Amino acid sequence: MLVNSEQIIEAIIETIQMVSFSLLFSAILGIPLGILLVVTRKGHLLENVVIFNVLNGIINIFRSVPFIILLVAMIPVTRFIVGSSIGTAAAVVPLVFYAGPYIARLVENSLLEVDPGVLEAAEAMGATPWQVISKFLLPEALSSLVLALTIATIGLVGASAMAGAVGGGGIGDLAITYGYQRFDTITMFITVAILIVIVQGLQSLGNILAKKIRRR
Amino acid sequence: MIEFQNLKKVYESGGQQVHALNGIDLKINKGEIFGVIGFSGAGKSSLIRCVNLLERPTSGKVIVDGHELTSLSVKEVREIKKNIGMVFQHFNLLNSKTVFANVAMPLTLAKLPKEQIKKRVLELLEFVGLEDKADNYPDQLSGGQKQRIGIARALATQPSILLCDEATSALDPQTTSSILQLLKKINKEYNITILIITHEMSVIREICDKVAVIEGGEIIEEGSVFDVFSSPKTQTAKNFVSTVMNDQLPDSINELIQKHKGKQKIFRINFVGNSAGQPLLSELAKKFDIDINVLFGNITELQGTPFGNLIVEFQGTDEEIKKVLAYVNEKNISIKEVIAHAS
Repeated sequence: MLVNSEQIIEAIIETIQMVSFSLLFSAILGIPLGILLVVTRKGHLLENVVIFNVLNGIINIFRSVPFIILLVAMIPVTRFIVGSSIGTAAAVVPLVFYAGPYIARLVENSLLEVDPGVLEAAEAMGATPWQVISKFLLPEALSSLVLALTIATIGLVGASAMAGAVGGGGIGDLAITYGYQRFDTITMFITVAILIVIVQGLQSLGNILAKKIRRR
Repeated sequence: MIEFQNLKKVYESGGQQVHALNGIDLKINKGEIFGVIGFSGAGKSSLIRCVNLLERPTSGKVIVDGHELTSLSVKEVREIKKNIGMVFQHFNLLNSKTVFANVAMPLTLAKLPKEQIKKRVLELLEFVGLEDKADNYPDQLSGGQKQRIGIARALATQPSILLCDEATSALDPQTTSSILQLLKKINKEYNITILIITHEMSVIREICDKVAVIEGGEIIEEGSVFDVFSSPKTQTAKNFVSTVMNDQLPDSINELIQKHKGKQKIFRINFVGNSAGQPLLSELAKKFDIDINVLFGNITELQGTPFGNLIVEFQGTDEEIKKVLAYVNEKNISIKEVIAHAS
């Protein structure tokens, strides 16, 4: 084996950093976008064809670019924001552009599952649009939103491995530079095993949390 | 008070225009329980949703307590909605919140102080008989209990109008009856105007004061429940009435009449109101030289007044029967000879 345990621990920390920061920023970006996608659609709370179509189009564009290409295409933007295109911080930028629109779609799906009757009741009570969103739409969808964010987080773990390949560090970087390029099978196995454990852990955590919110 | 003036609602659906409401004129007085009955697609759902502008009418006026709704700003409409409670067929409770939080919701939206909300919610839960369920979640309740919570929620802001959108259609007959009794109690105790839309004539019979029959987006018949039930004018109204009051002759009787064509004297006596209280048949039997054979009967109570009809056979001479008929007519009771296949 060509790597030592310190390198592995460092890689795990880098991955956790990449995933948590990009999750934070992409949630900040994606959740409001998802809400907008729902409430501006036809027949909904704040129906607005222009906003809906523009958002819908932009999100589709980002969603259709493969991450590996997005990663390279985003380099000028990354340089502008972070000042460098190499390193863990730099990897966060393309990850956010990847996961933000993804989360927007997942949030949209969760919110569309909320019983329209509940929203009708909200309107009958004279709730303002903001109240309908904050007191009816989001609480009713919370459990499903947690599951959606779990999926997004796991997606980010995978994507962060790719980001690692262009200098972001993390477990993926380790796997490619040692496991793949230097034929170190053991490192490859260990890194994959670590990824499996992380994904399993995240999914279980998400399931437990969602279940707790649903209380059944 | 709710008033509709030439109310129209047109939907665009796939380039086609669907006329849900075709010029509705209707007035619902304060403190009334008013029922609107119609088959699905008749427009009753659109009609009730125009009262709190969940649907905006295409044209016409909706006047609620003196305010013409379509001319008000969005903010003003929101204020008016607090005076209009609504109960739904599928309850529409928040499954993520406790019973307490569900009932408290309209008050929370109005940003009332916590103490005040708590007091009001407990009062409401007691009123609907579910004070012990405050900390439960809606999915732990039965349909009837859910609807009680829906009603408590609708009453939270002390509205003067309660809209019931098929409020009992998802419930079994026994639960339906208890929910209807609750609505009646609300109407009596708080003098709340209740507008009910339904496709069940039994709901109308049980609690409504007035009824309107809607078909094809138009009100085709309207009146007191008693009048519509005792003498429905349109075929649709007749069909609805017959779902709860069987005034068709049973096949066996029809057969009997056919077999003895002309030999038997069979009559239908309609009892309406006071006449139902009179011991008519025994009186006839004593006064005249006839025998009376009751073949079929159906007496029910509408708005506290008995109503129904009897199919009887008179056995006696033609002359005597003529006297009987004259006597019955004198008492202003409707009596008609029944011919085979007539009903």
